[in-house]
Amino acid sequence: MTEPETPSNPLGAGSPDAAARARRGRNIAIGIGLVGFVVLVYLVTVFRMGGNVINRPL
Amino acid sequence: MTPPAVARAALPPRWQDYVQLLKPRVMSLVVFTAATGMICAGTPLNPIMGAIAILCIAVGAGASASLNMWYDADIDARMRRTRGRPVPAGRVQAADALALGIVLSLFSVMLLGLAINWFAAGLLAFTIFFYAVVYTMWLKRWTAQNIVIGGLAGALPPVIGWAAATGQAPLDAWLLCAIIFMWTPPHFWALSLYTSEDYAAAGVPMLPVTAGAAATRRQIWIYSLLLIPVCLAPVVTGLGGMTYLAVAGLGGAVFLLLSWRVRSGRAGDAADPRVTDGLYDVQAAARDARNLFAYSILYLTLLFATLLGEHLWGRAAGGLS
Repeated sequence: MTEPETPSNPLGAGSPDAAARARRGRNIAIGIGLVGFVVLVYLVTVFRMGGNVINRPL
Repeated sequence: MTPPAVARAALPPRWQDYVQLLKPRVMSLVVFTAATGMICAGTPLNPIMGAIAILCIAVGAGASASLNMWYDADIDARMRRTRGRPVPAGRVQAADALALGIVLSLFSVMLLGLAINWFAAGLLAFTIFFYAVVYTMWLKRWTAQNIVIGGLAGALPPVIGWAAATGQAPLDAWLLCAIIFMWTPPHFWALSLYTSEDYAAAGVPMLPVTAGAAATRRQIWIYSLLLIPVCLAPVVTGLGGMTYLAVAGLGGAVFLLLSWRVRSGRAGDAADPRVTDGLYDVQAAARDARNLFAYSILYLTLLFATLLGEHLWGRAAGGLS
């Protein structure tokens, strides 16, 4: 599949505010990604183990 | 591997730039075809695990797209369609695109293997390797058959979805793969007929550049003739029902009609160049190619949506009875 793309909008380029906003947005995205990955691993663990956690021999 | 020469980013990249590196529109098609494969497999998968499998496949596709954008930045910078991408536009450094591609490749394959099964994970790893290395680094700059062979990477997601659900890849799964594989050449060559100047400027040996527009129009027609029987094959194996037969048959007839118009027209001829800088602003003769390109997307979407609908309907009806 092809994907038409538009050139970047340079408005605000070079301004410290724009740089700070970009960095903040990226940090938030990384944070959400990390939390999402932790949740994924938790869900996989729960579903893969299933009832075996409860039914294991004691 | 030779890292491409690109401009340094003037600003810290925004998170949207990284999303763009993953080619979200392509990812959405991958999600759709992989989900179709998963549903058609007929083995109910826990919805959460199914969603995780689809996510892994989508992220794997995005990772290979990021690796593609890293390596192809020099080509992308010379084509109107791609020069706004994050790396050639200087919004993301090439090394960052490479790192993102590698990290997401590893995460998607490992998670799919640990969460679902290693057969599906192996297929995903092969798909990423095939797209990023075999297609991007080798075929694309070397042969006019680049998108024919490289089309396998785009055709594998339904097989991965099927393998995620069942741990196997039977004939029906490969039929879904074959449909996308045979669909890719007429789809891309129709596009390249009216963007061949860009490909020529970038040094990419697309068929219209190396063999000319007439040969490309002939190849589009031949591949269209081969595509329709492949699209009808699921009816023979029982994968598709009567609705699918109608959609594949009638839609296929329209596909052949549009393909014949391209075959008998003059789309892509040097005598019919584009006159504006607009991406899809083409002259009358090339309009046939644009119509086929646009319809090919609709046709593939309809085929997979019909299969998806038939199987979901069958599952719902089976659950009620």
